[in-house]
Amino acid sequence: MIRNPKDLARYTAHERANHWVVGISFILLALSGLAFFHPAFFPLAQLFGGGTWARILHPYVGVLMAVSFLVLFFRFSALNAMTPADREWLSRVGEMVDGNDHDMPEQGKYNGGQKLMFWALALCMLLLVASGIVMWRAWFDVPVGVIRLGAVVHAATAAVMIALIFVHVYAAIWVKGTIRAMWYGTVTRAWAKQHHRAWYRQVTGKS
Amino acid sequence: MALQSLDITRRSATTTPAPSVRQTTEVAKLIDVSACIGCKACQAACMEWNDIRDEIGTCHGVYDNPMDLTAKSWTVMRYAEVEQDGRLEWLIRKDGCMHCADPGCLKACPAPGAILQYANGIVDFHEEHCIGCGYCITGCPFNIPRLSKEDGKAYKCSLCSDRVAVGQAPACIKACPTGALQFGAKEQMKHYAEERIHDLQSRGYQKAGLYDPPGVGGTHVMYVLHHADQPELYSRLPNDPGISPLVSLWKGVAKPLATLALAGVALGSLFHYVTKGPNEVSKELEDELEKEDAK
Amino acid sequence: MTNHWVDIKNADLVMVMGGNAAEAHPCGFKWVIEAKKHRGAKLVVVDPRFTRSASVSDYYAPIRSGSDIAFLGGVIHYLLSNDKIHHDYVKRFTNAAFLIDAGFKFEDGFFSGYNAEKRNYAKDTWKYQLDSDGYAKIDETLQDPNCVFQLMKQHYSRYTPELVSKVTGTPKDRFLKVCEMIAETAAPDKTMTICYALGWTQHSVGSQNIRTMAMVQLLLGNMGMAGGGINALRGHSNVQGITDMCLYSEVLPGYLSAPTDADKTRDAYLAARTPKALRPNQMNFPQNFPKWFTSLQKAWYGNAATKDNDFCYDWLPKKDAGYDVLAIFERMYQGKMDGFVCQGFNPLAAVPNKRKVGEALAKLKYLVIIDPLVTDTSEFWKPHGEFNEADPAKIQTEVFRLPCNLFAEETGSYTNSGRVVQWHWQAAEGPGESISDTEVVARLFQKIKAMYQKEGGKLPEPILNLTWPYRIPAKPSPEELLMEISGKALGDVFDPKDATKVIAKAGEQLAGFAQLRDDGSTTCGNWIYGGVWSQAGNLSARRDNSDPSGLGQTLNWGFAWPANRRILYNRASCDPSGKPWDPRRAVIKWTGKAWGGNDVPDMRPDAAPDEGVMPFIMTPEGVARLFAPAMAEGPFPEHYEPFETPLDKNPFHPENPKALNNPVTRIYKGDSEAFGKAADFPYVGTTYRLVEHYHYWTKHATINAVLQPEQFVEIGEELAKEKGIVAGDKVKVRSSRGFIKAVAVVTKRIKALDVDGRKVHTVGIPIHWGFKGVAKPGFIANTLTPFVGDANSQTPEFKAFLVNIEKV
Repeated sequence: MIRNPKDLARYTAHERANHWVVGISFILLALSGLAFFHPAFFPLAQLFGGGTWARILHPYVGVLMAVSFLVLFFRFSALNAMTPADREWLSRVGEMVDGNDHDMPEQGKYNGGQKLMFWALALCMLLLVASGIVMWRAWFDVPVGVIRLGAVVHAATAAVMIALIFVHVYAAIWVKGTIRAMWYGTVTRAWAKQHHRAWYRQVTGKS
Repeated sequence: MALQSLDITRRSATTTPAPSVRQTTEVAKLIDVSACIGCKACQAACMEWNDIRDEIGTCHGVYDNPMDLTAKSWTVMRYAEVEQDGRLEWLIRKDGCMHCADPGCLKACPAPGAILQYANGIVDFHEEHCIGCGYCITGCPFNIPRLSKEDGKAYKCSLCSDRVAVGQAPACIKACPTGALQFGAKEQMKHYAEERIHDLQSRGYQKAGLYDPPGVGGTHVMYVLHHADQPELYSRLPNDPGISPLVSLWKGVAKPLATLALAGVALGSLFHYVTKGPNEVSKELEDELEKEDAK
Repeated sequence: MTNHWVDIKNADLVMVMGGNAAEAHPCGFKWVIEAKKHRGAKLVVVDPRFTRSASVSDYYAPIRSGSDIAFLGGVIHYLLSNDKIHHDYVKRFTNAAFLIDAGFKFEDGFFSGYNAEKRNYAKDTWKYQLDSDGYAKIDETLQDPNCVFQLMKQHYSRYTPELVSKVTGTPKDRFLKVCEMIAETAAPDKTMTICYALGWTQHSVGSQNIRTMAMVQLLLGNMGMAGGGINALRGHSNVQGITDMCLYSEVLPGYLSAPTDADKTRDAYLAARTPKALRPNQMNFPQNFPKWFTSLQKAWYGNAATKDNDFCYDWLPKKDAGYDVLAIFERMYQGKMDGFVCQGFNPLAAVPNKRKVGEALAKLKYLVIIDPLVTDTSEFWKPHGEFNEADPAKIQTEVFRLPCNLFAEETGSYTNSGRVVQWHWQAAEGPGESISDTEVVARLFQKIKAMYQKEGGKLPEPILNLTWPYRIPAKPSPEELLMEISGKALGDVFDPKDATKVIAKAGEQLAGFAQLRDDGSTTCGNWIYGGVWSQAGNLSARRDNSDPSGLGQTLNWGFAWPANRRILYNRASCDPSGKPWDPRRAVIKWTGKAWGGNDVPDMRPDAAPDEGVMPFIMTPEGVARLFAPAMAEGPFPEHYEPFETPLDKNPFHPENPKALNNPVTRIYKGDSEAFGKAADFPYVGTTYRLVEHYHYWTKHATINAVLQPEQFVEIGEELAKEKGIVAGDKVKVRSSRGFIKAVAVVTKRIKALDVDGRKVHTVGIPIHWGFKGVAKPGFIANTLTPFVGDANSQTPEFKAFLVNIEKV
C-alpha cells in the first residue's frame, strides 16, 4: 500500500515480519518472565493462563525469539558495523537527547545509537539463550551451581534487555515518522534526510 | 490446612505478611546417626503415609535404593564406607529436607503460596500453587526438592505437616525402630542431642556434635554426628551450608533494583517526551523537499 | 531367648555374633540402642562382614564363617587362663565340680566312644561318676583331674590366641580385645547378653556353636541375670510359637521327645524320659514328664483315651527315621513319597540345593501348597528362564494351590523370641477366596475323616477318635484352640498336699502346668503354655505395660511361657544365700519365707536357700552343664571345619584327616560327592537376610521391592580387584551345585582374612530373590548351598560353603 510514491523504502515486508515476530516474542517473554521475576508482576502470569502455563510457554517462546532474532541478526549485522562517524555521533549523543539534533554528524541507514542498540540486544540475546537453556529443567539437567549462575545472568540480562527495548520503543515514538517504517516499510524523504542523511543521499542519489 | 493457615511465617513470592497470629512451638526432627542402622523403615513409612510409590529400580552396586531423592522418594538413606586411621565406619545418613529456618527454596520460589514456612519451622510445598519452574531446587543449599516427571510439580519432605498439625509425630519418626529418629520441640531436641553427644564423646568420638547449620539460620531437621567436624563424610552433607550468594543476589537486591531501574527508564522516557517534545521532521526540510518536487 | 527383648536394655555388654540383629531384628535391636544410651553399654560385633549391627558397634572383629567354636573356645581359654570367671557361680550353679567317668577321653579330634562307620558316639564314658545312692560325685575344690572344670580347662588349653587367630582369621589383637570386653562381665554385677540367630544355627556344628557360648555365659555367671542369657533371635515373628508347637519332627508339642520305634509301650516310653535326680534335694522338674504327656494324650483323644488303653499310646506314630527337612526331601528325591503338603513354606527357595529340591518335587504325584502368596515352589514345574529351567513336559506332579490368609487377616497369637505369647486381632479380611490356615486344615480333616468313616481303611481309629470339640468343626476358632492348648480340668483336680482340697473343678481352665495330672483328669495341648488361658481369661491378650522395677519385666503384658516367667533360671541371679548378685538389677530374691520380686521365680517358691535347691531345675542335677553329654558331637564343643572348607585340614587336628568336619553329621549318598573343593571353589560363600526384605515374602510387596529391588552379592575390594569386578557389574557365583547371577556390591566391609597361612575371601549372598513377585526376578540363592546339616538339629549349613565368582 503506497501512500506517497516518493517515500523511501526502508524495510521490506520480510524484514518487517521478522522484526515483529521478534517483537511479539519479546513482549510475551517479558510479560511472562517478569511474572517469575518479582511477586509484583506475578499477576501477569494470568495472561498466559496462569503460572504453570507461563512457565511452560516462556522457554518455547524464547526459542522462537532466539531463532527469529538470529535471522534478524544476519539480515542487519552488516549494516550495523560501527564507523568513525558513528563514534562521533555517540560522543555527542547528549545533544541528540536534548532534542538538538541539527548539528549531529551525518548518519547512514542507522545511527551510532541504533547500532549500539543492535549489538547490545544481540549480546543480551546470546546471554539469555545460554542462561535460559541452563534453567530449562524440562529438557536440560545441568549442575545446580551453573543453574544458579544462569538464573542471575538470565534475570539481569532480561532486565537490561527490557530497559533497552524501552529505549528502542521510546526512540521510535519520540522520533516522529519512524514507526511507519516498521508498519508500512517506508519513510518520508524529509525524515530520511533529517535523521539519516547519508542513507538519504545513497538511496536518492541527491545531495 | 485450615489449622495451619493461621501460623504462617513466610509465604513464597509474597511481599506482605501471611496469616501469622498464632504462635506455635518450633519443632525439630533429630536424626541420631550414631543410632541409625540404615534399615529404611523411614523410607517405607514415608511411602505409606504419603501414599507414594517410587519405581522398582535396579541395584547399582551399593545398598542405597532408590539411589536418590525423587518426586516419589522424599527421604533416602545414604551409605558411606569411610576408612580413617585404620578404622572402618559405615556412616549411614537419612537424607531429606532439612526445613531450614532461612529456606533457600522459599526464597527462590516465584509462585505465591507454593512454599510456606509455618511458625513451627516446617517448610511445606503446596503443589497446587507450584508452577514447576524448579527455582526451589536452584535455591536449596542441600539439593532436596525434585520435579515430578509426571506432573511437573516440585516435591519434598513435608515433615508430615499434616500429622504434626494434629499433634502426631512424622511417619518416619513413628516407624524408626531404634529411636535414631526423634521429634519434638527444637529446644528439647537440642537437649537430647547434648546427651547423645556426651555419650559419643565418652566412647572416643571427641568431635561428636550437633548439625544445625547457622548458615541457613539453623534447621528443623538436625543430625547428631560422630564426626561433626567432617559432615562431608556422611555422603557429602555440606559443611557450613548457606543460600548461594548468587541466589541471594538473584532473589534479593536484584529484584527491587531492577524493578526500580525499569520504572526509571519508562518514566524517564515519558518525562523526556513531555519536557523535550517530540523529535519531528523539521518544517524546513519538508518545505525544501516540497519545493524540489514542485520543480 | 532365656531372657527377653526388653531385657537387652539391662546389659552392660551386648555381643552380636552368629547373627546381625540390626539387619534381621531391627525392632528388637532398639533395646541394644537403649542399653547403649541409658546404661552406657558397649556393643561388640563379631561377623565375617562389617554389618549394619557393626555400624553402630563399639568394637568389631572379623571372623571366617564357620569358625565360631574356635573363636568361642578361645574365649573360654582366655577366661580360664586369666581367671576371669564368676567363681561362686561356676562352682555352685554349674557341673564344674562334677566328676566324670575315668574312661572319658578326647584324643586326636574325637571323644571316647567314636564309631567311624556309623558316624556316631557310644556315650557310655560321657557320664558322671555316681555314688552308692545314685547321685553324682563332686569335688568342690575343682582340683580332681576328672572333674568337669579340669577336663574343660584341658580341652580348651589348645585354643590359644595364636591358633584361634590362625583358624578364624580374626587378627589376634582384635580377638584379645573382644576377650577383654567379655571378661569384664565376669564381675557378679556385670552382665553380657548375646544376641545370635541363624548365623550360628545354620552350620554343621550349629548346636555346638550355641553351646560354646552357653558355656561362656555360665563361666561369666550371666545366665539367669537381667541383661544376660543366651538369646536366640528368631526369624519369624512367630517362629518361637511354631517351634513350641512342634515344628520339629523329633518332638511333640512343648518339646516332649517323640516316641520312636524303640518305645514299644507307654510305660517304657515314659520311663526313658522321666529322669531321676542326680543330686540330693533337686527339683528335677522333668520328673513331671508323665503329667505333661498324659495331658497331651487327653487333648488329642479325649474320652477315647483311658488308663486302660494307655491313653491311646499305640495310636501315636512312632518315629522310624529322621523326619527333618533334609530327610524329607532326601526321601522325596529318592522317589519314596507320593504327596507333600506344603503349608507356609517355600522349600524350593528355603531348602539347600535347589536343583535337588526341584527334582525331588518333580517325583511327587501331588503337591499341596497352602500359602497366601504364589510361591516359587508352587511353580517349580514352570520355566522361568535361567531362574528356573524346568521342563513341564517331564513333570507329572499335580499342584494344588490353597490360598490362605496372612497373619493380619486373622486373629490368633504370636510367641516372640522372648517366649511372650501375645494375642493379636484380625485387621482386615483376606482377599478373594482365601481362608485361614486353621480352616484349610480343619476342612481337610473333615474330609479325610468322612472318607475313613465311609471306606474304613488301614488303622482308621486315630483319625476317627481324634478330639474335635469345636463349635464349627470346619472352622475351629483361635480362642477354642488357645484354650485347648492351655489346658483344663476334666475331673476335679486336688491339691497334692491336701487330697481333700479341690484346686480346679471339672471343666475349669487350669492355672498352669503345675495342675496337670497323669491320671487322665487334665487335658493340655502344650504343657509349657499351661495357664495362658486360665480362669482369669486370655492372659496373652493383656496389654498392661506397667513396669514397677524399671527392668522391663512387664509381667502383665501378654503371657510368657513357662508360667509367665520372663527370665529363665532367674534363681541364678541370686547368690546361694538368696541375695541378688546385682541388687540394682534384682530379678528375684529370697524374702525369708519365699522367693519373690520382679519375676515369677524359677524355683519352688518356698525352697529356702539352705535347702540347696539349685537353679537349673530342668536338669536332674539341678545345675547347668558345662559338660553336656546330650550333644551328638561330644560333651565339650570342638572346632570342626564346615563340609565345604577352604582348608585341607583342621588346624586343631592336622594329623587326623577324619577330624576335618563334624564326625557325626549325617550325609546322604550323592551329597558328599556334590561338596566342592577349594581348588575349584576358593571362596567362602555365606547367605543372609537383608533388612529391606522378609524371607521370600516381600519380593511380592511393592514397598520392599522399591527399597531393595534387585539381587546382589557382596564382595570385598581386594577380591573385586583380583577378578576385575567393579560395583554394579553383573557377576556369576558358582558352587558345585549350580550358579546364580547377580549385581556385585563391592565393599570395604568384607575383608580378606589371613587363615592358616592363606588368604580367604568371603562372598556374601543375600537370599530373598526368586522368580515370583514384583521385585526384579532373581535366582534362588539356595541353588548354591550344600545339602548337609547340623548333627543335632539337621539345620542346613547355609552359612559356610565354597563358591567361585566371575564377571559375566
